[in-house]
Amino acid sequence: MEELNVLLVDDEQEFVTTLAERLEIRNMNVSVAMDGETALGIVETESPKVIVLDVMMPGLNGLDVLERIKAIDPKIQVILLSGHGSTKDGIKGLKLGAFDFLIKPIDIDELIIKLNEGWKKYCESQ
Amino acid sequence: MKIKFMEMLTLKKIIQRLFEIDSSGSRYDHFRRNIRIIIIVLTLIPLTVMALINYHQYLKSLKHEIITPEKVLVNKARHSIEFFLKERLSLLKSISHMYAYEELADLKRLNRILYVLKNEFSGFVDLGIIDGNSGNQLCYSGPYNLQGKNYADQSWFQEVNLNGTYISDVFMGHRKFPHIAIAVQHFEKSGRSWVIRTTIDTKMFDNFIAALQLGEKDDAFILNQKGIFQTSSRMFGDVLEKCPLNIQTTGYATYVLETQDKYGNDLIIAYTHFSYPEYTLVIVKSHAVALRTWFALKSELFWVFLIGSLLIVIVVFQLTNVMVNRIKEADQNRELAFRELEHHRKLSSIGRLAAGVAHEINNPMAIINEKAGLMKDLIAFQPDFKNQEKFMAQIMGILKSVKRCRDITHRLLGFAKRMDVQIETILLNELIEEVLSFLEREALYKNISIQLNLSETLPKIDSDRGQLQQVFLNIINNAMAAIDEGGTIIIKTQEENDDTVLVSIQDNGCGMSEETCRKIFEPFFTQKQDGTGLGLPITYGIIKRLGGNIEVKSKINEGSTFYIYLPLKSTN
Repeated sequence: MEELNVLLVDDEQEFVTTLAERLEIRNMNVSVAMDGETALGIVETESPKVIVLDVMMPGLNGLDVLERIKAIDPKIQVILLSGHGSTKDGIKGLKLGAFDFLIKPIDIDELIIKLNEGWKKYCESQ
Repeated sequence: MKIKFMEMLTLKKIIQRLFEIDSSGSRYDHFRRNIRIIIIVLTLIPLTVMALINYHQYLKSLKHEIITPEKVLVNKARHSIEFFLKERLSLLKSISHMYAYEELADLKRLNRILYVLKNEFSGFVDLGIIDGNSGNQLCYSGPYNLQGKNYADQSWFQEVNLNGTYISDVFMGHRKFPHIAIAVQHFEKSGRSWVIRTTIDTKMFDNFIAALQLGEKDDAFILNQKGIFQTSSRMFGDVLEKCPLNIQTTGYATYVLETQDKYGNDLIIAYTHFSYPEYTLVIVKSHAVALRTWFALKSELFWVFLIGSLLIVIVVFQLTNVMVNRIKEADQNRELAFRELEHHRKLSSIGRLAAGVAHEINNPMAIINEKAGLMKDLIAFQPDFKNQEKFMAQIMGILKSVKRCRDITHRLLGFAKRMDVQIETILLNELIEEVLSFLEREALYKNISIQLNLSETLPKIDSDRGQLQQVFLNIINNAMAAIDEGGTIIIKTQEENDDTVLVSIQDNGCGMSEETCRKIFEPFFTQKQDGTGLGLPITYGIIKRLGGNIEVKSKINEGSTFYIYLPLKSTN
């Protein structure tokens, strides 16, 4: 099994860096992007296996980024994240191929479970 | 001028007031009254004007129709009487020409002539020959002893000497019965003149009048130039009395006048003058009899007008009732719709606000969560961390608070856009019992008795289980909060109609004022110290979304009852 590469995409820098640090403590390879464009660049270069993607971001929003990620590599598993709490976005995301949907603030244990499930699904789809 | 202007202003004000609709509670009554006045006035004015015009025009033409035959009748009668008199005059003239004085002075011959006249012509009473100079009656044939009577001083003798002929007014003779005298003067070539004179019984006039075949209340008579009755009148007097009517006794035309008798009865009088002698024939008809058809018609016209007006008024009343009631109903529906719209608008704006707030709070909350989480991780991954337990306790406090905030924002978001509806077939009685199982412990603790009166025949409904649970949980919770220890909650289910079931939840708690009842479904309205004011608005929203309705009846210190109507088939 390959190493779990996680990409965190969120415009809230404090949030994304802190979360990255917490995941790194748990021995995960974590990349961070503050916007959709950067995220897509990282997808091209670093090939993350699971991406945690905020739905509401300035510029490219989460759902647009999701579509483009899936166009680049449909195997990549995307967990959508929303502060808005709207299940509507979650349902839209799931239809576009997202793996799961979480509402902020998240429980780290729950996130790790989801990341592992996503990672497993990525490996299975290879 | 000023007064007229003021009057116009007042009229304008009245008309303006008719079209005004005030905003008071009785505005529909005013509106109804104003519409009635306007329609009744607008319909009855033309109807009345038309009825009056018809009345007068018909009266005018009918009078003309009645008067013309009266004129014809009086003229015909005059012609007959005139002909009668002229015929008698011509007979006398013929006799004077046919016989010589000596022959007529012979009593036998005179008797013979009178006999023939009486037999062949009616009305002759006697016949006399009078000397033209002395005025002595030379020969007389008739019922009276008038042989040798001198007429030289009498006006008629002088008149016949002057005009050649003479027809007298009616007078009473020796035997006191009314008659007229006709005399003709005859000149002989020798220069001698004599007069032949006869008396005519005026019974003949009565016969002519009888031939007119007048009605019982009608009258006809002849007047002389001085207005003295020449024949007796049924209504106004006897022969030779003065006629009380003001009738013109000279002229050439036929006249009609309307007057009244001494009893005040209306009369139509037609009269015409004789060319010779100067008599006036008068026919009197009772106005009531002559215009009998008119009165009948007038009465019919009156009833038609009255019934027509009455029908208009009834129809206007009914129509305005229907119309105003419909307007009132439409207004009420509109007001209700507005209120509901307003209510929904409030809920939806609160929802949007809640969503915005939740989002804005969730992001910083996520940062706090992660920061605290990282601290926790760092401490947890270093076993020799100083004061680890104390720090962990602080961090856990932060994380617990974050979780509490998350719960609040999630509840707010739930209010803003609630979860998707999942329709399934539900046994409502079971669902209520299920909900009660959550509350049993609390009820026991507060010594609250919950009585169930659930209909065994209650049909299954298609609805959302989770949301209905939330609804009943919320309302029963509220009921428990409203009652003191030892209170009672009665839950009843029943089939309201073919499409709806009704669940009523009654408590004997503190109850609510009317004002509170009106506001309880508004967001953030609460009477509890720690209440959010979102419970009942959420309940209201859920029930509405499921196609149902909720009502509340309450009385202070007596308790409240919530009625929840749910459709058998969800409209969602």
